[in-house]
Amino acid sequence: MKTLAELQAIRDKMQTQVGLRQDGEAKTRVVVGMATCGIAAGARPVLNAFAELVQQKGMTNVMVTQTGCIGLCQYEPIVEITAPGQDKVTYVKMDADKAREVVEQHLKRGVVIGKYTVNAEDVAK
Amino acid sequence: MEELSLNVLDVAQNGIAAAATLMEISVTADSGEDSLVIEIKDNGRGMTPEQLESVEDPFFTTRTTRPVGLGVPLFKMAAEQSGGRFEIVSKQGTGTAVRAEFGLTHIDRVPLGDINSTIHTLVTFNPGIDFVYSYTADGAGFTLDTREFKEILEGVPLDNPEVSAYIKEYLIENMKEIGFEV
Repeated sequence: MKTLAELQAIRDKMQTQVGLRQDGEAKTRVVVGMATCGIAAGARPVLNAFAELVQQKGMTNVMVTQTGCIGLCQYEPIVEITAPGQDKVTYVKMDADKAREVVEQHLKRGVVIGKYTVNAEDVAK
Repeated sequence: MEELSLNVLDVAQNGIAAAATLMEISVTADSGEDSLVIEIKDNGRGMTPEQLESVEDPFFTTRTTRPVGLGVPLFKMAAEQSGGRFEIVSKQGTGTAVRAEFGLTHIDRVPLGDINSTIHTLVTFNPGIDFVYSYTADGAGFTLDTREFKEILEGVPLDNPEVSAYIKEYLIENMKEIGFEV
């Protein structure tokens, strides 16, 4: 059973590690659509996969956040990635496994995975 | 929605959008009454009487990105198809309370699913909002109150990796202790 003493121990440990956060740093943003359409299509595990992996890998320049519906409900779960100085990349029909690939390829190596992007879908139809 | 916990995550977004600073979420199962009650209460800006009147209508939304709003109607449908009922009370400037009652063992009652993941997601992605979550099954229960956590943490954020992992385990272990999953 988790006790509040354990939480105090975490606090004490963290308070000695001041200054890890550098807010001035240029940030890459990973934005997951979390409206009804996104959630119903499976956005919760996608959001959590991104958050967990980014933390695990210590990618302090990446911020994972959520947004509402952008109007492409049939392509949910949708993830938008914006990096400073680069065009926005929109990934569609995501799941936790694809999120893992995106972290490895896109966030770590800067390689966009074209087959998962909205451009790979015939949106006009 | 495949799980009621996803409806909770979805409906809670409405409170977040309404600038709530406190959200209370409770899940209460009672075998004797054969009921499962989920309540989501926020202190956000609340709805106008007109909005409240239309909120259960799937073709009403305040969004401009699409013409439908299915969050509340889907939650309502899930309650009613299990022989339960649905109620939403809202007052401008005070907040909104949603109450969904389900037939616990009704064949058409959608499983609760991974409620811990929903609460963990809400808490760690909305550090500016206080959450009070309680889970009770046949009298045994537990509560997670982020105000209590924040007091102990003295400024260490809830989305700090170790704090986040603690919150997840706190939920899982307490749920296990109760040993009654719906």
